[in-house]
Amino acid sequence: MLCERCGKKNASVHVTKITEGKKTEVYLCDHCAKEKGEFEFPFEGKFPLHQFFSGLMGLPAGSSEKVIPTGYGGLQCPECGLTYTQFGQIGHFGCDRCYESFGKNLLPLLRRLHGNQKHMGKIPARAGSYVKLKKEIESLREELQRKVAEEAFEEAAEVRDKIRKLESECPPGGENLG
Amino acid sequence: MDKEERAEDTNNPMDEIIRGSEEENKLQQTRRMEIASKWMEGTGPEADIVISTRVRLARNMRNFPFPPLASDEQREKVLKLAEDVFLKNEEKSPELQILNINSLSPVYRQVLLEKHLISPLLSKENRFSALILRDDEVISIMVNEEDHFRIQCLLPGLQLEKGWQEASRYDDFLEAHVDYAFDEEKGYLTACPTNVGTGLRASVMLHLPAIVLTQQINRILSAVSQVGLAVRGLYGEGTEIVGNLLQISNQITLGQSEEEIWQNLYSVTSQLINQEKNAREHLLNEGREKIADRAGRAYGILKYARMIDSQEVMQLLSDIRLGVDLGLLKDVPVKVLNELLVLTRPGCLQYLNGKTLSPYERDLERAVQIQKWLA
Repeated sequence: MLCERCGKKNASVHVTKITEGKKTEVYLCDHCAKEKGEFEFPFEGKFPLHQFFSGLMGLPAGSSEKVIPTGYGGLQCPECGLTYTQFGQIGHFGCDRCYESFGKNLLPLLRRLHGNQKHMGKIPARAGSYVKLKKEIESLREELQRKVAEEAFEEAAEVRDKIRKLESECPPGGENLG
Repeated sequence: MDKEERAEDTNNPMDEIIRGSEEENKLQQTRRMEIASKWMEGTGPEADIVISTRVRLARNMRNFPFPPLASDEQREKVLKLAEDVFLKNEEKSPELQILNINSLSPVYRQVLLEKHLISPLLSKENRFSALILRDDEVISIMVNEEDHFRIQCLLPGLQLEKGWQEASRYDDFLEAHVDYAFDEEKGYLTACPTNVGTGLRASVMLHLPAIVLTQQINRILSAVSQVGLAVRGLYGEGTEIVGNLLQISNQITLGQSEEEIWQNLYSVTSQLINQEKNAREHLLNEGREKIADRAGRAYGILKYARMIDSQEVMQLLSDIRLGVDLGLLKDVPVKVLNELLVLTRPGCLQYLNGKTLSPYERDLERAVQIQKWLA
């Protein structure tokens, strides 16, 4: 797509603007976007961490309220009211529910920050008793498959019984956190 | 010290400026004792290179906004809960005290900051934030900082495993009373995505003068940052590396277990220790007299300067420390060097003095305090 302003270069910036409740969308090239001042890059001696996040999250760095990226920018946490765009601006979540509310959108950010997206460490005793059980069952299932592949059927049956026993300890209806 | 030197000491030309009134001296003595902390003892494994080890865990409560977005009421609830858990417990409460940040003077907040017991963020908080502190200051728990709880274990020398175990013990204790924000996939949920997962930040403070003197430091810093570790100055984020002191810490908190995280840091630290030891060996072989001279001169300046800024102090303390470590300078306990590192910071100087000091006055006061400490 060509830039809607100069019509020469390829559009690389998609700007969604909401003014007085009216939504307008423009596709611009880098040059025109800068010239129109759609993106402000205020110079700050120290580069704030949250601006880094905006970049990693697919939000324009130093974005002001007027630039709302399409798609997930409108996401909002029902618990604390923080929007995904605001999260990009302040670099902090509002509450623990935000993680769930922003869901999959966070995965690229987490991957870039940590190179991973799955917790491998400590599991708290109380909040995690269910999680622990589930992890144990998971690893037993892997063991079961190994045993079957090795044709160690007697041992496999033992593992299977262990899994059944643990599964019966799982509270019905899934999670028991708290 | 031989007799001749001792005789000289009684004629110390600084005597006149270090003598205050008896009452003043007593108060300062008490305050100096207050500033001293367990991590400054200069003990523990590899203490000649690793000054201290820190492990901290970020934890939050379920169904409570994180402190930056929480209302005063919600923050008060969290604080009240922390008090109930830690200070009304028979086993824990005798060794713990709670300091409400808003009841502390700005100077005392800075003292806690300079002692590495609170963060810059907590030192500025006025809304229901607190520090829970164990009497040996090894364990400190910040309440309502960026996260609801930050449990820290600060030890002298290289003690990552112990640091993790101790912090984890307090974590278990807290978790028995508090519903944590924890997710099966993402682990411990934290206000900042850089801490999510284990919520663990492990760091070591290293003194690497020989690596700096043999001009290997830049090569090493870039290698360290390539294995997912961050390098900072003495006072954390955004601080310069002064006095050949640097802090190395893990960046990644998600996808690695706590053991992996501290063991990774441990193995990199061990390599740095080896490099530093080799470089020190090299310096001893090639420039023994130069290093001894440098240490001696540094000691002389510290002992007789009438005004001195904190950067210079840090460099001189580094020169002296290297001399002491290599056995080229005697009778200066490492504990004193560590304490001076903190004692000469602006907050501590003003606390010792009981009044606000301008930078110029601080330079004067710094010289006086060093005098007293080395006496």
